[in-house]
Amino acid sequence: MAEPAIAFRLVNKFFGRLHVLKDIDLTVAPGEVVVVCGPSGSGKSTLIRCVNALERVQSGEIVVLGESVTSAGANLTRLRTQVGMVFQSFNLFPHMTALQNIMLAPLKVRRLARAEVEKTARALLERVGIPDKADNYPANLSGGQQQRVAIARALAMHPKIMLFDEPTSALDPEMINEVLEVMTDLARDGMTMMVVTHEMGFARRVARRIVFMDGGVVVEEAAPEAFFASPTSDRARQFLSKILSH
Amino acid sequence: MLDLSVIVNNFTFLVVQGLLGLGGFAGGTLRLALPAIGLGFLLGIFIGLARLTRMAWIRVPATLYVEFFRGVPLVMVIFWMWFIMPQLLRLPIPEYGVALTAFVIFEAAYFGEIVRAGIQSVPRGQVEAATGLGLSGAQAMAYVVLPQALRNMVPSIVTQMIVLFKDTSLASIIGYVDLTKAAQIVNNREIRPFELYLFIAVVYWIFTYSMSRAARRLEQRVAQA
Ligand SMILES: Nc1ncnc2c1ncn2[C@@H]1O[C@H](COP(=O)(O)OP(=O)(O)OP(=O)(O)O)[C@@H](O)[C@H]1O
Ligand SMILES: [Mg+2]
Repeated sequence: MAEPAIAFRLVNKFFGRLHVLKDIDLTVAPGEVVVVCGPSGSGKSTLIRCVNALERVQSGEIVVLGESVTSAGANLTRLRTQVGMVFQSFNLFPHMTALQNIMLAPLKVRRLARAEVEKTARALLERVGIPDKADNYPANLSGGQQQRVAIARALAMHPKIMLFDEPTSALDPEMINEVLEVMTDLARDGMTMMVVTHEMGFARRVARRIVFMDGGVVVEEAAPEAFFASPTSDRARQFLSKILSH
Repeated sequence: MLDLSVIVNNFTFLVVQGLLGLGGFAGGTLRLALPAIGLGFLLGIFIGLARLTRMAWIRVPATLYVEFFRGVPLVMVIFWMWFIMPQLLRLPIPEYGVALTAFVIFEAAYFGEIVRAGIQSVPRGQVEAATGLGLSGAQAMAYVVLPQALRNMVPSIVTQMIVLFKDTSLASIIGYVDLTKAAQIVNNREIRPFELYLFIAVVYWIFTYSMSRAARRLEQRVAQA
């Protein structure tokens, strides 16, 4: 088997005394799409935020693209240019246009030439379906459009891995699909993805594997068909019945 | 009856000496206020940043600085600069140096608090998004946090600038001939307090009112972006 894109090895994470991740052992293969789900407070966000070292862990090791991100001398800038992240609340920079949002990191971190960066940025806006919104400020974009700009912004660094933390939870229902479609295309193109979401339709169609978390523990890990048809744990069964009933 | 001839006859002294500080005495309201605002704000940015750093050996002194200077009267700081600093340094400090130093040191504490609050008003998700894209802490501060923080700070900064502008009149206590002191000097000779103090009130008001007008326009322009 090829080297995993992401590997958690006995990872433990505390916020003060709160034990948020407990002995996490998890690998994600290159090109794999993993959906992480579970009740609120179970540690899903914390889990994926560890991958690009937005959170530091207290014990265990996380290896991303062959390099340990938990060791003392880890090159975090390099790591973060290879791992893109999309947030629930978009976190676009409100004082920059859509185009400027996308261009910032390639210009300042990669120090590429402006003309080249702008060309890439416009191509990315095309790819997420809003080429005409380049000069809009975030305040003048719908939620779905903002999230697509946020995806384009992450893609501008040519990441090998994309992390999504509930990318559609803050969206009105009619905008959810336009974002899921962009994510589905990305998955089809072979992007390695970890997605925290409660969109079970998306999980069924796109995910190779579902990771169910509760109380900081990975309770269950299964292919979508198996997970939805016959969850092995009670907690997953309860969770699914709540999620699927509406 | 108002007799404005006292203003007309002393206009040069009041404006050139008192307001601009280009006369024969150390003085000038604008000559003190403008650099005090600029330098005080500049120092305030560093103090505001210092108060937010994780490095305690920078943060703690910055916090003490702010708490101290916000807790004492400006007049006292001016007196210190005037009486104590020359003794400690064993060299004479001219009125202008005393006044400017006192104002910069004092106002930087207030500007520092404004900068700190402005930076803290930027949601944490902004830094996370910038960090997640690979920007360094300094880059995230320069390109993402500070531009938004400055925008949020505009109203408080302008208020503080107006306060500072008016407080320059306190420099007259060490013989610094600003607008207030110039009016007092003329009044000692001509005994026309009503006209003179009405005149300088109007001058102060024109400046502070233009500052708040300019600020409102700046806020509107910034809000559109
Ligand atoms: N910065 C923090 N400081 C302290 N505690 C935190 C912090 N971030 C998260 N927590 C706590 O850690 C636990 C896990 O949080 P996390 O955000 O990972 O959960 P989640 O599964 O993503 O939940 P949700 O579905 O509500 O987003 C929660 O109990 C949360 O309150
Ligand atoms: Mg979460």
